[in-house]
Amino acid sequence: MITAERKPLEELIEYIKPYKRILLLGCNECVTVCAAGGRKEVGLLASGLQMAMLKNGKNIEIQQHTLERQCDPEYVEELVQMIDGADAVMSMACGCGVQQVAMRYKDKPVFPAVNTKFMGASERQGVWAERCQGCGNCLLGATGGICPIARCAKQLMNGPCGGSVTGHCEISEDVDCAWQLIWDRLKALGQTERYLEIMPAKDWRPAGGSGPRKIIREDLAE
Amino acid sequence: MKTESKLEKVLKAGHLAVTGECGPPRGAKPEEVIAKSKHLEGIVDAINVTDNQTAMVRMSSLAASVLIKQQGLNPLLQVTSRDRNRLAMQADIIGAYSLGIDNMLCLSGDHTKFGDHPSAMNVHDIDSIQMIQMVKDMRDKGIFQGGAELKGAPKMFIGAAANPFADPFELRVMRLEKKIEAGADFIQTQCIFNVDKFATWMEGVCKRGLHKRCYILAGVTPIKSLGAAKYMANRVPGMDVPKEIVERMASVPKEKQAEEGVTICVETIEKLKQIEGVAGFHIMAIEWEEIVKEICERAGLLPRPQV
Repeated sequence: MITAERKPLEELIEYIKPYKRILLLGCNECVTVCAAGGRKEVGLLASGLQMAMLKNGKNIEIQQHTLERQCDPEYVEELVQMIDGADAVMSMACGCGVQQVAMRYKDKPVFPAVNTKFMGASERQGVWAERCQGCGNCLLGATGGICPIARCAKQLMNGPCGGSVTGHCEISEDVDCAWQLIWDRLKALGQTERYLEIMPAKDWRPAGGSGPRKIIREDLAE
Repeated sequence: MKTESKLEKVLKAGHLAVTGECGPPRGAKPEEVIAKSKHLEGIVDAINVTDNQTAMVRMSSLAASVLIKQQGLNPLLQVTSRDRNRLAMQADIIGAYSLGIDNMLCLSGDHTKFGDHPSAMNVHDIDSIQMIQMVKDMRDKGIFQGGAELKGAPKMFIGAAANPFADPFELRVMRLEKKIEAGADFIQTQCIFNVDKFATWMEGVCKRGLHKRCYILAGVTPIKSLGAAKYMANRVPGMDVPKEIVERMASVPKEKQAEEGVTICVETIEKLKQIEGVAGFHIMAIEWEEIVKEICERAGLLPRPQV
């Protein structure tokens, strides 16, 4: 999923200071799962903002709403009914959701309430870690199911570097060495000889090197 | 001979080669590069010129290499994949060769986290093994990494690094093999303090016949003080400084520690000479270039052969 983290309250207050009526918009997808911008977080942020503004002697109206999927125009359309009642929108969705709302309601200021972080997986309750960089040409089949692009600090396709120590990356003891993980997996699979295959220089075009990416499915596109 | 490199000639002739190191200054001070390199004149066969080592900005390794070349010495250009993409690297390699530099070392580089620009992006468009392949193709096939023909191929003597002390140890021989497969002509290792572990690694290297496919220069470093020994033992990822070395440094008074460090270094070289497959030494006397002469003298590595 796409992970996100709430921005600091002070930054959000700066955004909404000039406005009186705010539409605070959550999303029921990834940001709900990673507890950054779902219905619950919308409620919490609404009261937080209101209290902070009151302290500054300003009373603001906050309308709370959570869309099924903010990255989908079909759901963003729902806002037609309520958008006129707001001077500005604050979106708690990932960057995709924020932009979808901004594109649809061109005359409304839209502000992000979260920092979109990465594509990750849940390691345990309350902990998410990066697993994929969307490089557009998946090589997990060659690396024992562990991604060196997303998980090696140097994105080495032929690692590990000389800084791998007892399974940790040189940048931090809290970061696993991706190539140690790859090696462990290759051993478990009985495929250690695969380590000798040199992975050639990567074509970064599918990873975004050739500009913004798009998928067009002729069979589905209208 | 793949190149005109003096270092290759020394190695090809069967001499134990010696390389040294010179870290460029953090400012426009060409005189510092010249002074450092002068300490190595007649002492080493090539001088490694580091590339923003420890991710701190310094005079470019290319510019400092040219300054060293202008002194009639033999620079070895270090290139990391951290700061440049494949276009910039190839441009620099052609430029370096055009300015008379014919040795290079392909590295991934220390992470920016360790340097003074931690907010910078790490490039890593290609990794060190892919860099070796790229330089080899430029030299031997006369093509750019992108496939187009290259007129005026840079005939670089291609080096790579190996760290037998990093983990997982069991794949470190295979990793060397990958670098040789990619096209490395010579290897410079991480500083060796744990000779036994290095010997175990070299056994694996020789078993696979890798020492016959490339020249392996064993890396050594004279320790200047107990503090330096402790720092390397505890703070540098992938460095193996055994407890006995730290204790030995601690056993002598402060003013004698540098001397002890040099003695340890000379003894290490003597032990390494006995290990099959060692083709020479890479002496990394960081900010202590003037000591290399004494180390080489005491280790019987002087005079350097004329080739």
